[in-house]
Amino acid sequence: MDAIPVGALIIGAKLFIIVNGLLVIAAYLVYFERKISAWMQNRIGPNRVGPLGLFQSFADVFKLWTKEDIVPAMVDKRYHLIAPLISMTVAMAAYAVIPFGEYYVNGANIMAVAPGINIGILYILAMSSIGVYGITLAGWSSNNKYSLLGGLRSAAQMISYELSMGLALIGALMISGSLDLVEIVKAQAGGKWNVIFQPLGFLIFLVAAFAETNRAPFDLPEAEPELVGGYHTEYSGMKFGLFYLAEYVNMFTASCLMALIYLGGWDIPFLYEQLAGIGIGQGNPLLGFIQFGVFFAKVVPMLFLFYWVRWSLPRFRYDQLMNLGWKIMLPLALANILLTGTGIMLLKHFGIM
Amino acid sequence: MNIQHNIESERMSFWEKIYLPEIGRGLALTFKQMFKPTFTRQYPEEKWIPTGSYRGRPVLVLEEEGERCVACGLCSRVCPALAIEVRAAETDKVKERYPEKFEINMLRCIYCGFCEEVCPEEAIIMSKDYELVFINPQDAILGKDKLLIPIAQLQDRLEFLRQYR
Repeated sequence: MDAIPVGALIIGAKLFIIVNGLLVIAAYLVYFERKISAWMQNRIGPNRVGPLGLFQSFADVFKLWTKEDIVPAMVDKRYHLIAPLISMTVAMAAYAVIPFGEYYVNGANIMAVAPGINIGILYILAMSSIGVYGITLAGWSSNNKYSLLGGLRSAAQMISYELSMGLALIGALMISGSLDLVEIVKAQAGGKWNVIFQPLGFLIFLVAAFAETNRAPFDLPEAEPELVGGYHTEYSGMKFGLFYLAEYVNMFTASCLMALIYLGGWDIPFLYEQLAGIGIGQGNPLLGFIQFGVFFAKVVPMLFLFYWVRWSLPRFRYDQLMNLGWKIMLPLALANILLTGTGIMLLKHFGIM
Repeated sequence: MNIQHNIESERMSFWEKIYLPEIGRGLALTFKQMFKPTFTRQYPEEKWIPTGSYRGRPVLVLEEEGERCVACGLCSRVCPALAIEVRAAETDKVKERYPEKFEINMLRCIYCGFCEEVCPEEAIIMSKDYELVFINPQDAILGKDKLLIPIAQLQDRLEFLRQYR
């Protein structure tokens, strides 16, 4: 038997860390969602399980594991089973290309699962489009009219907002000149963050990201008052838990993307020059941790924004959602591309870029 | 004619139609709320003590000489949920009558307070006890042993009844 190649071992270790880390992060996102919503409503929030209620989410997941998994008699059993798996798998697959830093060992960036993939953003967009299959299949296979409506809404909403999202990204891509997320972050080095040059693009991406992750005020697929829970009405136990965790993983993905593409990733002006000055440069493992910390410090405010908006704004009506998507966001995204293109052409013409 | 005037979109100003400033105002409001004091009571540790006006579990008043109840049966008669059962008996004491059996079925009681209102002796009154948990239907039928409460513990309610009734 041949020895297992070292590369495969490293990839395996990365996958192990990413998958388990994501599950823990998703669990704690649920905890913080409950805490922050409680604070916004003058409540305390979960505080019983463990110190400050920190083990609440583990208790919740354990409860979901031990609950009976009810499969209604008339559902399409195959797709009913596959749908939550698709949701979760696809949500996690996006992390193959998301880099958490730029620390090289033997010439390979070890802060990403699959570093140096030159279709980074395209891959993430593709994955988030497949995510809609999970929700739509769940709605369809449940054999329940409300679930079906939820699934249909989800499909329509995702298609409408995916367009604006992609077009908003094009502005940032024109500036960076690459689809590779590491390259995009490099292009923003030294405080040239895309959010400064692309405020409109950032806003459109933000709104589209809310819609993509099915978060309020765009959580129409699961609108409780209208659709009794929407696509996950007929799910119970850990299958429901998978949808639930997938929603939070998607939220984390969207926050990572915003941090990477618009907020400069792990870049802070002058920080790395200073660090290199005191000996923390490439080759010092501390650099990787610092980059990860900086990156995380940018992701957390984005996550807070997700919670904040969810607990402040009421849900859109369906026609308002479609109006916003097609009549406002899409033209604005196109205008953004035009503006960016003109700006780049002018800057090149005058020789500034 | 299907022409509407003064509809919402006409009443809104330009900045309201832009929608973003209004979102900002909404977000500011919720953000401010995060730093305000909470109103949560940590229930099993911090218990709420009701005032005299609270209608909790109905109880029988126990004086030094014995219970006040003379087993007239009015409470049983007036009870809309048929929760009270009284069986009278006689004694040689001054009061002559006492309830040999007095049972309230707490699964039936609706805490309306009619028994208290109708009682001529002020013998059955509503207490402050709201922690009513039973693990089987038999336990929920409270007999005299559980119903009789010393008068000292019921002063708030008696005070309230004297003042407002």
